[in-house]
Amino acid sequence: MKPIFMTYTKKDLINLAVCMVLSVLIIPTFIKTEYWYTSILIPWLCLALATIGQQIVMGYTGQLALGAAGFMAAGAFAMFNLILRVPDLGFVGSLIVSGLIAAAFGILFGLPSLKVRGIYLMVATLASQFFIIWMIDKFGWFKNYDSSGIITAQDIVILGKPFTTPLAMYFVCLAVTTILTLLAMNMARGSTGRNWMAVRDMDIAAESMGVSLLRTKVQAFAISAFYCGVAGALFAFCYLKSLEPVAFDIKLSFKILFMCILGGLGTINGAFIGAAFILLFPVLLNAIGNNVFHGAIDATIISSIEQVIFGLLMIIFMIYEPLGMAKLWENLKQSMRSKLSLSGIKGVKSPVLKK
Amino acid sequence: MAYERKFKIGKPILEVNNISLAFGGVKAITDTSFNVLEHEVRAIIGPNGAGKSSMLNCINGIYKPQQGTVSFKGQVVPNITPNIMAQMGLSRTFQNLALFKRMSVLDNILVGRKLHTKTNFLEVALQLPKVKKEEKLNRERSEEIISFLEIEDIKDTPVGKLPYGLQKKVELGRALATDSSIILLDEPMAGMNVEEKRDMCRFILKVNDELGTTMVLIEHDMGVVMDISDRVVVLDYGKVIGDGTPDEIMANQKVIDAYLGVEH
Repeated sequence: MKPIFMTYTKKDLINLAVCMVLSVLIIPTFIKTEYWYTSILIPWLCLALATIGQQIVMGYTGQLALGAAGFMAAGAFAMFNLILRVPDLGFVGSLIVSGLIAAAFGILFGLPSLKVRGIYLMVATLASQFFIIWMIDKFGWFKNYDSSGIITAQDIVILGKPFTTPLAMYFVCLAVTTILTLLAMNMARGSTGRNWMAVRDMDIAAESMGVSLLRTKVQAFAISAFYCGVAGALFAFCYLKSLEPVAFDIKLSFKILFMCILGGLGTINGAFIGAAFILLFPVLLNAIGNNVFHGAIDATIISSIEQVIFGLLMIIFMIYEPLGMAKLWENLKQSMRSKLSLSGIKGVKSPVLKK
Repeated sequence: MAYERKFKIGKPILEVNNISLAFGGVKAITDTSFNVLEHEVRAIIGPNGAGKSSMLNCINGIYKPQQGTVSFKGQVVPNITPNIMAQMGLSRTFQNLALFKRMSVLDNILVGRKLHTKTNFLEVALQLPKVKKEEKLNRERSEEIISFLEIEDIKDTPVGKLPYGLQKKVELGRALATDSSIILLDEPMAGMNVEEKRDMCRFILKVNDELGTTMVLIEHDMGVVMDISDRVVVLDYGKVIGDGTPDEIMANQKVIDAYLGVEH
């Protein structure tokens, strides 16, 4: 498969076109209920973006980091302060600078990865989670000395146009996520991604080939934090529409970690699949609870069941398919294709039979 | 030698001076010195536990010897790290295979092109024209190495799925991709059958012959060592007990004793 445009093959471009038609034309024409935008599509895009960040550091570079929500908080509060104090920067400018501020934190909290690894690194990176939230709580300046604890996010204005309806905000999230996803794919498939994976698979050999562990790890942490920071800013401004440190607690970090693992470590599309699954699964369970059992099951029990199933799935995936749902999807496509070709349908080439 | 070499054996390119390495109380290498000449095939042999791999790890900077220096291309290298040595033009393979298991053969070899990749992550993310140009050159070189090693048919396979012999070949390919002036091979033929060994010998000699790459190899198969190396250094209990051409080594009483054992 030869890349046609940038690092994308023909298949990627077709997939991209399908996704774009679906998200830009079909979804806005057919989905009219606000609920879908405000509660599912917008948080899905934001969390998928954060999961890409987690993928870069964990799936590609193999550094077990836990603290994505901390970087998201850094991005969100940076965004709030930039719009408040540096209005000239504009929304897009502020978004980029927020990401860079989060990246600076990423560099700082990525430094332990040079000395510790595995579960110890996970504990060390937890510092980012707690430190950033503590810092925002401790110093009133970050919250503009607001005493209520919850600040309302400013309206999104791009080039003088307000983006306040759910549909408009959905498009903002979609545009940012699409661009950053494409850039992430370029990095993952290019020399940058190869360095990350080399460090993940065998760091001593990577170093012997001239890959600097310091630079590669810190770079991965910085880029990861950038993605999380931008995702956090979008999460606060488009989804929550308010800012409070509690929204970025450790539970959110864990959620992103689960999205990353269930989606499939070391895949970009897995970030979207994992985020969709973790977001939609509770909705599905609730729907089953309400429609099949007609509310006979208590909501608290349903949310407990949800936790149990997530836990089980994590264990099952870790044992049977460490590459996650992205790999399952790939396998499904493969087997469909070979079935189709075996049943003699023309025009479908089997990758199994091709030699 | 009977045939005319394109790259004549020259001055010392690598010198190991009085290296001593100990792990706690265990002495792995004691006051060892030897040199490697430019464009030669140099073998390091010795019984198990003689300190051969430790020696390579000292040269490459993975271990820090307590005493002694390594000089490369005429200068003593202070603070050796694997990264610095790679930048100076020294590449290596590992005894227990250190490939990037989840990456394809081509990607593994492309990582070897790291030092010929100057573009940064931002340029890669945006896929600027110079990134494409550089990537194209690197890919071409990697493909060349792949066809040189005759592994075209597996180039897209993740290396973790390959049999041992092929993985050893890929590792050689990755070391070759760096275009280093010297390559350290830690048991490149361990666990191979006769045919695979013959292939590997052919590749090592071909690289040495066509590219002039200096080869330092650790090997247990005496037949192979005597066949392909220009000079041999023998280690036993972390000390040099013999150094010279294969014929000299074969006649060296100390070496014979070390290998066959002597009655005390």
